[in-house]
Amino acid sequence: MREINNDSIALVNEKALIIRESIIKMLGESGSGHTGGSLSAADIMACLYFWELNIDPKDPKAAGRDRFVLSKGHAAPVLYATLAEKGFFPDEYLSRLRKLGSPLQGHPDMNKLSGVEASTGSLGQGISWSVGMALAEKMDKTGYRVYALLGDGELQEGMVWEAVMAAGHYHLDNLVAIVDNNSLQIDGRVEKVMGVQPIADKFKAFNWEVLSIDGHNVEQIMAALEKARSIKNRPTVIVAKTLKGKGCSFMEDKAEWHGVAPKKDEVERALAELHATH
Amino acid sequence: MEKQATRDAYGQALVELGHLHDDIVVLDADLSSSTKTAGFGKAFPARFINAGIAEQNMIGMAAGLAAAGKTVFASSFAIFAVGRAFEQVRNSLAYANLNVKVCATHAGLTVGEDGGSHQAVEDIAVMRSVPNMCVVVPADGPSTKAALYRLYQRKGPAYLRLGRPAVPKIYDGEKIDFVIGKGIELRKGKDVTIIACGIMVHKSLEAAKLLAEEGIEAAVIDMHTIKPIDKELIIKQARSTGAILTVEEHNIIGGLGSAVAEVVAENHPVFVERLGIEDIFGQSAGPEELLEHYGLTIQNIIDKIHLLLNKKKELK
Ligand SMILES: Cc1ncc(C[n+]2csc(CCOP(=O)(O)OP(=O)(O)O)c2C)c(N)n1
Ligand SMILES: [Mg+2]
Repeated sequence: MREINNDSIALVNEKALIIRESIIKMLGESGSGHTGGSLSAADIMACLYFWELNIDPKDPKAAGRDRFVLSKGHAAPVLYATLAEKGFFPDEYLSRLRKLGSPLQGHPDMNKLSGVEASTGSLGQGISWSVGMALAEKMDKTGYRVYALLGDGELQEGMVWEAVMAAGHYHLDNLVAIVDNNSLQIDGRVEKVMGVQPIADKFKAFNWEVLSIDGHNVEQIMAALEKARSIKNRPTVIVAKTLKGKGCSFMEDKAEWHGVAPKKDEVERALAELHATH
Repeated sequence: MEKQATRDAYGQALVELGHLHDDIVVLDADLSSSTKTAGFGKAFPARFINAGIAEQNMIGMAAGLAAAGKTVFASSFAIFAVGRAFEQVRNSLAYANLNVKVCATHAGLTVGEDGGSHQAVEDIAVMRSVPNMCVVVPADGPSTKAALYRLYQRKGPAYLRLGRPAVPKIYDGEKIDFVIGKGIELRKGKDVTIIACGIMVHKSLEAAKLLAEEGIEAAVIDMHTIKPIDKELIIKQARSTGAILTVEEHNIIGGLGSAVAEVVAENHPVFVERLGIEDIFGQSAGPEELLEHYGLTIQNIIDKIHLLLNKKKELK
């Protein structure tokens, strides 16, 4: 399972496609939600859940399970699509996204849905949770690893850097942060709104190992996750260059697709494109 | 019926004020298209600062700008402007008594589908308890514009609570007599008084109309300023109607209902019922669906009035 070979790469790519289709359908049905930042993270999520994480949907509260925290909580659709595909809950749940009484809230709610490790949605807070979880593992030596996915706009939150400082200070080599570096936020390009570059140097200065990769290249994502396991005494950040809206040409690299769901005809176009390019 | 979101009225009024006053600076935290400050940013790019997703720094910068003589309007969603940046609001704005207006949109349940993590149900309570802070919750578009003009004239820190969805217009923009700290008596009545704020004012008016058909004369007050609260008017209504219902899209704890009950209890005790969110977080769904689910409909108002009037009768 842990080998990086043609089979494992093909499997993860297949899962990434399923996740993207599911995101489009789910958002089409709900009529609202965050499309762009869900699609940009699909390949990363496929690698995590179908290659990297030690988790069992049949035993979702196992003490030694790896933890994944979606710090950019607005990308809930990519998490829901992934958890459903992994078997945490039936696919039918996906059609109730953002509906009254649904376990699939607009932002992930750990008390409503199996597989959600942290209630997020307020940017910046998930990475602090992750540091807390990694600290607990160091206390109890439970053997799990912690993974947090952040947006690049999210890096503007001061608390992100407080968490990054703490993780470096406590030498949390059981913690991996992944930055979905799609270069867009709500009001436009990240570097225009409030520059966060150079991201790598900032993390380095806080005593983190930095790996910069193409966030849509499954082999590179797997290799980075593998490398992170060998890094001792400090946390690792994977800066993943991505395209917001990846997979649907009319959404790609467009800030307007941040918080908008596709309409019926757009759903069809998107699904057709996903199939054609696969 | 004509509708307008209070955030839209806010965005338009900001641009108007920007033309009138050079000292105005507007700040946002990566939500300018949603809070509607983007219009000001376009009209006056040199006086618009996007803090990025960094609400605490936004409020801190607002304090510095105000200390340097600017009149600052700072916007984000209520949950982040009040929640994330609370201690900056408290110490940098209120304690220092600086001229910054925190104008937060997407307050309350009517945020809708984004869900409970994004629905501020405690912001009025939190802001009301901060010394020096003025708290205004307008009911519709025209009164939002009027509030903004008044807040510009009134020096010092203030919190303006705005909403996401379009809401019915209650006021005629030209005629509105909006004074901060003075409630507006929209409907007279002798049997009971409904004191409401924000989007619940319109629903209260509708409820009063239906109650009139049953022969119940309910007065309706738009208590747009929660702090300083209009004590005189509350006492007058307690005296004349002997029963008060408060209605707000906010936690039952600490908001308008609490503010009114404090005044009534200390000055002229009569029955008070509070209609609000029953100390529970929201969730994802459509705005109107949520108001129904959490008991904030016209029918809920009518039911509470019946309850109040029964209590009043039993006392006699
Ligand atoms: C503390 C906080 N402030 C503001 C928001 C509103 N918000 C939701 S998503 C977003 C932009 C996020 O940009 P980025 O982190 O780059 O995410 P991505 O591009 O991956 O979607 C903002 C400002 C929030 N959720 N939390
Ligand atoms: Mg981004």
